[in-house]
Amino acid sequence: MSFLLPCPNCGPRPVDEFSCAGEVTVRPQGAPSLRELTSYLYFKRNVAGVQREWWCHRLGCEAWFTAERDTRTNEVLSIDVPEPAGPAAPDAPPLPDTPAV
Amino acid sequence: MKDVFRVRRMWRPRGELRDRYDVVIVGGGSHGLATAYYLAKNHGITDVAILEKSYIGSGAAGRNTTIIRANYRTPEGAEFYRQSVKLYEGLGADLDFNLLFSQQGHLTLAHSDRGLITATERAEVNQLLGIDSRVVGPEEIARLCPEMDLSQDVTWPVMGALYHPPGGIIRHDAVVWGYARGADRHGVEIHPYTEVTGIERSNGRVTGVQTTRGPVRTDMVVSATAGWSTLVADLAGVPLPITTHILQAFVTEPVKPFLDVIVVSSQMHVYISQTDRGEFLIGAEIEPYTTYSSKGTFSFLEYSARHTLELFPQLERVKVLRQWTGLCDLSPDYSPILGKTELDGFLVSTGWGTYGFKAAPIVGTTLAELVATGETPRLIAPFALERFYTDTLVSELAAAAVSH
Repeated sequence: MSFLLPCPNCGPRPVDEFSCAGEVTVRPQGAPSLRELTSYLYFKRNVAGVQREWWCHRLGCEAWFTAERDTRTNEVLSIDVPEPAGPAAPDAPPLPDTPAV
Repeated sequence: MKDVFRVRRMWRPRGELRDRYDVVIVGGGSHGLATAYYLAKNHGITDVAILEKSYIGSGAAGRNTTIIRANYRTPEGAEFYRQSVKLYEGLGADLDFNLLFSQQGHLTLAHSDRGLITATERAEVNQLLGIDSRVVGPEEIARLCPEMDLSQDVTWPVMGALYHPPGGIIRHDAVVWGYARGADRHGVEIHPYTEVTGIERSNGRVTGVQTTRGPVRTDMVVSATAGWSTLVADLAGVPLPITTHILQAFVTEPVKPFLDVIVVSSQMHVYISQTDRGEFLIGAEIEPYTTYSSKGTFSFLEYSARHTLELFPQLERVKVLRQWTGLCDLSPDYSPILGKTELDGFLVSTGWGTYGFKAAPIVGTTLAELVATGETPRLIAPFALERFYTDTLVSELAAAAVSH
C-alpha cells in the first residue's frame, strides 16, 4: 500500500519520494570478529510490527531521518532527526545507531 | 466410460493431525509440496506432514508471474536453474498433470551499452554451462517480436537483447496442484489451515512444533515459507539475513494473442508476457521498503503501465483487469538460502526474492536428498546460510535486478 511519510522539512509526502535504508542497527564496537561484522552487515530482524528505520527524502530536501513504522500496516507512528555522529574520539562513548547501507 | 464423469478429489481432505511425523514441512507452496513429493518418490520417506497456515498455494506459488528460465549470471545460479528448467520440462509427464508449459522464448532487452555488456556476460556464462542463451541484435528482435516498438526516437531505444529460447511460462496453480496430488498419492499428509506457532528445541536439536491444532513431535522441520521466513525462523531462534518486501503484478483484459515471447526490460523495471487466455501479464520490481502488508500500490500500476506502453503502444486502450501483490524474502546477494542452519534438524528454503517459483522442482529434489541423506548436495552447497557468516556471497544482482 502506498502511504505518506512525514518529512521533517517538507511534511507528509508520498513514500515514492523517499528511499528507505532499512532498519536501525547497532554497529559493533572495538575490534569485532568476522562473525560480529557479518551479523551486523547482513542479518536483519525484519520484524512484523513496529520497526525503527532510516529514510532519506531523496526526491525532496534530501534530509535523513528515522521513522517508527508498523510493517504490517505501513502506519508511520513517529519520526526523529538524530544528531550527526561527528568524528569519534579514542575514548568517546559508543557511536549512535547508524544506517545499514 | 462412467469413470470419465466420476468426480475425483485431487487429494484427500485434511485428516486428524497425528502427534509424530518423520518430517514436518512448514508452508504448502511450490517448494514445500515439491520437497514432500520428492521425499516420497525418490527416497521412500512418506511419514511427512505439510503444515500450511492458509490454503495450498496461497502465497508466492499462486502470485508469481509464472516465468521459467535459466539465464542467470553466476555459474552457481545458472547451473541450478538449468537443472530446474530440465525438471520442469519433464514435470507434466512425471506428475501426470497438464501444466500448460510453453517454452516460447525469453528476451531481456538492453537499452544501453552497459545493458549489452551485462547481456553478453550472461550469455557467455550460460553458454559455458550448456544453456541456450545468446545476444541478439535489433533485426532478430524484430523477427522474434515484430509487435514491439523498436523505433530509435523513444526514451529507451532497444539496442539488443539476451535471447533465451527455453524460457517460458507455465500454469503456476497446476504446478501446486500437481505436486500436492503427487505427494498425497504417495501418502504425504497435507494440512491446510494449520499454522505453526512454535518450534520445540532441546540440546541444539529440533524436537517438535506447536501448531494451532496441537503439538507435533518430529526431528526434522523444513521451512519453506517465502515472505514469512523470518517469522518462522524466529520461532526456531535462527537469525536470517532476510528482508520482506512486496512484489506486484497485474493483468489486462484478454486481447487477441500477438505476443509469443516473454519480454523483460531491467532498465524499465517491467516484464511482459501474454497468457494463453490473451491477458497481458505485467510485473515489476519489488517495493524498496520492507513490509508485510500485501496491499497494492497505485504508483506501481502507473509506472509499469507507462513502461509497457513504451514497448507496446498498441495496448493503449486495453483495460486493467486485476492487480495483486505477493511477499518476497530478499537476501543481501539476491541468491537463495537453502539447506542446513545452525539448529540441527531445521532446514530452510528462503531468500527466494523474486525467483522462487522457477526453482521449485530443483529445490524439491535437492532438499529431499538433504533430508534423506543428511548430506548437502553439491548443487546447493554454495547457497548455504553459513555463507553470510563467512562472507562468501553469491552475487546474482545483475541477473535479478529485474524481478520475476
